[in-house]
Amino acid sequence: MSDDSIRSGRVQKAPENFLSRTGIKEVFAESKKGRRDFIRNAFAAAAAGVAAPVAMAQSNPVPSEGGDSNILNLPEHATGLGQGVATEGYGKPSKFEANLQRRQSPGLTQTTQSSVSFAPLQSLFGIVTPSGLHFERHHQGWWDIDPSKHRFMVNGMVKKNMVFTVDEIMRLPSVSRFHFIECGANTAVEWGNVAVPTVQYTHGMLSCSEFTGVPLITLLELAGADLKNGKFVLAEGGDGSSMTRTIPMSLITSGEVIVAYGQNGEMLRPENGYPLRLVVPGVQGVSWVKYLRRVEVGDKPYAAKDEAVHYMDLQPNGQHRQYTNIQEVKSVVTTPSGGQVLLDKGFYNITGLAWSGKGKIKRVDVSTDGGRNWRQARLETPVLSKALSRFNLDWVWDGKPAILQSRAQDETGHVQPTYQQLRGVRGTRSIYHNNAIQSWLVQENGEVKNVQVS
Amino acid sequence: MSRFRNALMTVALLAAAGLGAAQGSKYPGVGRDATPKEVAKWDIDVRPDFKGLPAGSGSVAKGQEVWESKCAQCHGVFGESNEVFSPLIGGTTAQDIKTGRVANLSRSDYPGRTTLMKVPTVSTLWDYINRAMPWTNPKTLSTEEVYAVTAFMLNLADIIPENYVLSDKNIAEVQARMPNRNGMSTQHAMWPGKEFGGLAKPDTANTVCMKDCKPEPMVASLLPDFARNAHGNLAEQNRIVGPQRGADTSRPEAKAGTPAAVATASPATVAKPENNESKAIVAMLNKNNCTACHGMDKKIVGPGFTEIAKKQAGKVDYLAGKIKGGGVGVWGQIPMPAQALPEADARRIAEWISKGAGK
Repeated sequence: MSDDSIRSGRVQKAPENFLSRTGIKEVFAESKKGRRDFIRNAFAAAAAGVAAPVAMAQSNPVPSEGGDSNILNLPEHATGLGQGVATEGYGKPSKFEANLQRRQSPGLTQTTQSSVSFAPLQSLFGIVTPSGLHFERHHQGWWDIDPSKHRFMVNGMVKKNMVFTVDEIMRLPSVSRFHFIECGANTAVEWGNVAVPTVQYTHGMLSCSEFTGVPLITLLELAGADLKNGKFVLAEGGDGSSMTRTIPMSLITSGEVIVAYGQNGEMLRPENGYPLRLVVPGVQGVSWVKYLRRVEVGDKPYAAKDEAVHYMDLQPNGQHRQYTNIQEVKSVVTTPSGGQVLLDKGFYNITGLAWSGKGKIKRVDVSTDGGRNWRQARLETPVLSKALSRFNLDWVWDGKPAILQSRAQDETGHVQPTYQQLRGVRGTRSIYHNNAIQSWLVQENGEVKNVQVS
Repeated sequence: MSRFRNALMTVALLAAAGLGAAQGSKYPGVGRDATPKEVAKWDIDVRPDFKGLPAGSGSVAKGQEVWESKCAQCHGVFGESNEVFSPLIGGTTAQDIKTGRVANLSRSDYPGRTTLMKVPTVSTLWDYINRAMPWTNPKTLSTEEVYAVTAFMLNLADIIPENYVLSDKNIAEVQARMPNRNGMSTQHAMWPGKEFGGLAKPDTANTVCMKDCKPEPMVASLLPDFARNAHGNLAEQNRIVGPQRGADTSRPEAKAGTPAAVATASPATVAKPENNESKAIVAMLNKNNCTACHGMDKKIVGPGFTEIAKKQAGKVDYLAGKIKGGGVGVWGQIPMPAQALPEADARRIAEWISKGAGK
């Protein structure tokens, strides 16, 4: 068997195979060779007053000759005729926004059909992920399925096995709700050490949309499901992988689980399961089965491939935790974040996202000194259950090194853990469910780095 | 039988078939009964207690045949390959088969985790091979082939002998020999509901401390310099307007005290002209599953397209023939099967490769 070790900054193989002891050791060894004093030295250098003032591109200098040429010389768009309506039947982002793309992490997977792409969280606002930038995780490639030929079946412990067309699903009473979806393996590469440079790659298997559809319980009741003895529901996709997952009954009977067809005001995108996908609020993305073709009511769990080979959390004692579903309380500063450069000293709005699979976010605190002292951030509206919440905090950067962190608490009182706390229980080989506090080092040259702190 | 009675019978039959049920429901006219044939076609899942497992059998020997023709390209002859997917076989011992716990999973220095090290339930293997394999032609194996491939894998892991015939009759005995059958726990707080017992309290109990919460932090881990540009130029991955830019990681980092490298205002990616022919070709490559085995620039199972382009520049006829007819030996010993795409498409792809396989 070949070694599946990773070097930090160059991850290898499938997301289920992120971790390697040798890679971790390498970085730890490097950190012991003097990197440990990095921040201390940086603070010392700043205190000695040697830092030059930071002057950057696109600053807003006081004009020397009468004024800014962008004001004095009227541009073409102020002196000409613009384009007509419906030039684009389906509008696109500005050409100046072309850098915002979902991206693969180089070396992570060998094929594109069994792979992930990460959403560019560093450049997004508010809580809604534009549908075209929604992260992707495909197990056997994606399809654009003809909705007139798609069927949805309910069987198992039901009075009547039933079949529905998409037309019929869309006739039923619908609900529209905002929910986050996060891959269970989000932030997996960071369990042992820093491995990737930006928030897109550390946290980008995360998106939030308004989903529209029919509560699954409505369809189960139509089929006369035995909800007393039927304790588990299997969801199954209609594509090549025919993904299956055991869905928690408590979330179905509460009405939270939705058979969705809508996403952000339009139909689901093909990459996200058009025409039907399951929405399982608060639960990791793998349960949100795409191209949903069937649910089965049963009295036992199913131990599907993604419950008995992958999506199990290895614990330090060598045992796997099976049926780990909930995405626990988590947050991350999205700007400033790794790979960005602050243009100048002065005022900044620290902004980020917080979420919990157990309900609403109650508060978010932000530290600029690596977790010693904290300030409570503003939570922007709306703050919704099992949805992303946006937080902001005023900050004046003095040009000295700073370490930014955010720490969320959800309505159950659960507070996002530090890496030390999380590793203390789960070790570093869990792969899944890393919800530790993220650190970003703002260096005095303005460049921001992904770091983990002692 | 009178026509009247026939009509009555028809109504009664329709009611029994469920039309009546839909009409009596809260949402009349929505949904219908599934036919037994429909349910049989789609209800293919197999549970750990073997509910859903079709009757049948398959030998290790037959499994080896199927494996070598349909599985080895990606998984290796012995299920050991790490080229395309994680290794399937390896890391389990005779002792593990006795205890039901894979000892290597407790070792922090053991480099990998194979499928057979992890999977506790043999039903999972059967179910997944049946529903999703082979990767590019899922659900095309016969019941006998699924039993046989499962048997072959179990034999590679020394769970069953090489003269074994796996069947619905003896699969429970095999389950009792699965190396990691006792390796699972549901004692955690991450399943919503009480079906597994589980725990109420989460693993960690951080507090909302606000002042002097810890000693001065030190950086314990950061990206080494060699990885600076490993994810591409970050300047091209950030918005070109706003309070910050992406760092230009194509250049070394600026020294402390001097401004870091920043991209200028125009995004490098905006002006790139789109190559429509290449776009169409790439779509065609995806549609025909070429990209399952060939990367754009690098080897997956077979060589990358730009690698072929270098070696076979200008050879349109040769390349078109190879696509249609398959081959072995030019790039290694893993054969490329003959491809069933239309001649015209094969030629178009061949022309594109012969001109350099540009993006």
